[in-house]
Amino acid sequence: MGIIVNGTDVALPDDPRVSLLDLLRERLRLSGTKKGCDQGACGACTVLVDGQRILSCLALAVQYEGRSVTTIEGLGDEGALHPLQQAFIEHDGFQCGYCTPGQICSAVGMIEELRRGVPSHVTADLAATAIPHSRDELRERMSGNLCRCGAHNGIMDAIAETYGAETHAEAAE
Amino acid sequence: MSGEGKGIVDKGKEAVQGVAQTVMKKAVELAPDSLMPGGRPDPLIRRQHGHIGKPVSRVDGPRKVRGAAPFAAEVALDGMAYASLAYSTIAKGRIAAIDTAAAEAAPGVVLVMTHRNAPRLNPPPRFLSGDKAAAGDDSPIMQDDRVRWNGEPVALVLAETQEQADHARSLIRITYEEEPAATTVATADGCEVGTFMGEPLRAVVGDADAALAAAPHKVEVVYRTPGHNHNAIEPHAATLAWRGDELFVHDATQAVAHTAWSMAQIFGLEESQVHVSSPFVGGGFGAKGLWQHQVLAAAAARLAGRPVRIALSREGVYRIVGGRSPTEQRVALGADADGRLTAIIHRGVTPKTRHSPMPEPFILPTQSAYASETIALEVKTCYLDMVANTFMRAPGEAVGTVALECAMDELAEQLGMDPIELRIRNEPEKDPISGRPFSSRNIVAAYRAGAERFGWDRRSPTPRARREGEWLVGMGCATATYPYHRMPGGAARITLDAQGRARVDVAAHEMGMGTATAQAQVAADRLGLPLEAVTVRYGDSSLPGVILAGGSQQTASVGLSVMMAHQELVAELLKLAGNDSPLAGLSANEVESADGGLRKLDEPGHFESYASILGRAGRGELAAEGSAPMPLETMHWSMHSHGAMFCEVRVNAVTGETRVSRFLGSFDCGRILNPKTAASQFRGGIIMGLGLALMEETQFDERKGRIMNRNLADYHVPVHMDVPEIDVIWTDIPDPRAPMGARGIGEIGITGTGAAVANAIHNATGRRVRDFPITLDQLL
Repeated sequence: MGIIVNGTDVALPDDPRVSLLDLLRERLRLSGTKKGCDQGACGACTVLVDGQRILSCLALAVQYEGRSVTTIEGLGDEGALHPLQQAFIEHDGFQCGYCTPGQICSAVGMIEELRRGVPSHVTADLAATAIPHSRDELRERMSGNLCRCGAHNGIMDAIAETYGAETHAEAAE
Repeated sequence: MSGEGKGIVDKGKEAVQGVAQTVMKKAVELAPDSLMPGGRPDPLIRRQHGHIGKPVSRVDGPRKVRGAAPFAAEVALDGMAYASLAYSTIAKGRIAAIDTAAAEAAPGVVLVMTHRNAPRLNPPPRFLSGDKAAAGDDSPIMQDDRVRWNGEPVALVLAETQEQADHARSLIRITYEEEPAATTVATADGCEVGTFMGEPLRAVVGDADAALAAAPHKVEVVYRTPGHNHNAIEPHAATLAWRGDELFVHDATQAVAHTAWSMAQIFGLEESQVHVSSPFVGGGFGAKGLWQHQVLAAAAARLAGRPVRIALSREGVYRIVGGRSPTEQRVALGADADGRLTAIIHRGVTPKTRHSPMPEPFILPTQSAYASETIALEVKTCYLDMVANTFMRAPGEAVGTVALECAMDELAEQLGMDPIELRIRNEPEKDPISGRPFSSRNIVAAYRAGAERFGWDRRSPTPRARREGEWLVGMGCATATYPYHRMPGGAARITLDAQGRARVDVAAHEMGMGTATAQAQVAADRLGLPLEAVTVRYGDSSLPGVILAGGSQQTASVGLSVMMAHQELVAELLKLAGNDSPLAGLSANEVESADGGLRKLDEPGHFESYASILGRAGRGELAAEGSAPMPLETMHWSMHSHGAMFCEVRVNAVTGETRVSRFLGSFDCGRILNPKTAASQFRGGIIMGLGLALMEETQFDERKGRIMNRNLADYHVPVHMDVPEIDVIWTDIPDPRAPMGARGIGEIGITGTGAAVANAIHNATGRRVRDFPITLDQLL
């Protein structure tokens, strides 16, 4: 058994040193996942593994046998963008576009963490079952994804527009 | 020839250029306006209902959000080998021994290249030393056993995979003979007045020291800024291949044409033998030029006879790509009782290497800032053995405005004046040093609009007057400024097809500015076409023009080039239209482009569409190329973008932590072509300025000449949590002398921001921190 990448079973690399990131970029030619630092400091390589966001540069590919990996290529395609991808365009949530796939994958995983009630550094009530959606919660939870062009405001607007109402409703339940 | 001797020859050349420039400048200054580019304002300035000014979303957005925009390290070539670099660990000396046997024997290794087997190469042409010179560092590249800085590449391993290359590199053993290195300003290898673009970084008007001594009010302060690194999220990379004697480079560069020419010089080729493509650049900020990695990869590719991918590690970027040099700036301001400046002194020191193109020119913003009877400006530069310093977003202005605009705030406090009123009182009527008229300058309007929107009237002039719980709250402001540049070499081609659609070809770059989007809007208006009927092809050295994505000048350079190409196109269309056209007999200045064709200016009924003209002539397409004239407008007028920056901070009285709670940039940059992408450019600059103010610092080990914090964990850039909602507004007053009425917007955001934050921190806490970045330990 290999790794399921965007629904397709792919073979594990023969070299155990190959990171999940390099497997994607160099062997599978899925270069939508970006390499910014290769040290887990920038978030550009964020992908989803069984729905959870991870840094693929810090993951050895062989550790992910049997797991399901979703990359930016698996989130939406040319004719049918993911709503968050569309919102990034509307709100100009990027400039050069290099950190963008990582920001988008990270946000998709982050929203699930919010839904599960995982607290963050800025969560006031750690025992709360629903975490109120706020700009500071989003900012804090997205701070592992660096953007050097300075598209932070647009990224926050895109995430808030895409998920805002839903998380607000959950908070009210 | 020794490096020293070459330096003297270069200086001689620069001096001759300097004299010639002075003579020409005088002539240009005195010439009638009408003879200058911009003397007759761009007709697009009058057009109010086109695509210009619309918040169009990026045309490449769908590709970028899918990760489908290809960057340099993502092009796959058959048979490609991967490169890994070893970097020197001493600052100066020679390689005594280098043992590559274990590396060569390691699995997958194709070759190991050192100075012993590297092909002979010509020295890289240093940026600004020629029209198309691109290199950030003119040191010889792996040609001898000398070590010139700590981090210089000393070996390259080529292997079948990156993992194999990186491992083999770790097996190389190098012994050095170390020599004393200049790694501090105190032990520098000489200091002198710096030069920038062939001119000394010095200006004198009257006797500023005497005027300062006599002034009833004065401040005299020293501000220090550290080194900075660009830290584009895409590390530098190239994927390249030789086909015979032709070199094809997929690069990440802000200068495709410059890189092609410079690579040709280095490898002894014709310019036409090097092809550089760079359709997407993952952030540049001044750093994405020609450095050693492209050259080393091409040399290794030639040795191995295989295509090569070189993708620098994050550490590798710090080792071989320079950043902004630190500065120590002394600003002294003298003023009379009414707050009118009688003396402006701005002098200081900044290190550079003998191989870099310029010293950090921190006096630039002071040159055109304020009216004063006397002015004395000077940049002294000291030569160190370190990685070559280079251009980083608003070189000069980013850190120069820190010292100048903080000093203005200090003077306002001493005078008991509002800092905005002090600035307005000293607003110059003409350029205070060159005496040239301003093309357009509306700083006062920007300040008034910004102050009202920001609620400046709620600021207490008394520091430490507002406290909310643990948090001390304060407001500050500062002026932002960046010159309008337009570099020589602009050219573009417009091609109309049989359906009347247009394609613009230009060797420009996209690194986040929205180049294709904004230029499509401009070209659509210029040609009288719907936006969907225009495409822009860019990012390849085979396209027309020598156009740098730098100096915030790409939009002007491309804009004027397209305007010239359009003039050629109209002439060609009229020729093609002939006597059977409703346009028969009309000359180019009697028609305009509109509704997908040409029409007579005063009789719109005389019209023929492009498609009809081409169709009747049996032409499948029609192309016209135009070149931009020399940028004489910048010698005739004083041309600058302006802004007024407003900041509110909250400083924790217990921990010293600073949080920026609100920020407003109020800009005066001429006409804004696309409010959506322009706002992003402004915000991006401001956010980098927040980093400059509060966290960014390249830590240089003065014992070893080595950068210590060579990663994104130790070099802090602003993250989401550090960035508040940033408000941006603009005057939108067109500059009659600039193409489209638009001055540059890419760099101005980082200027003034650092001072606005520092001034707000002073207002909040009563502390003046003059050592940047302003970290919490300085506020405890």
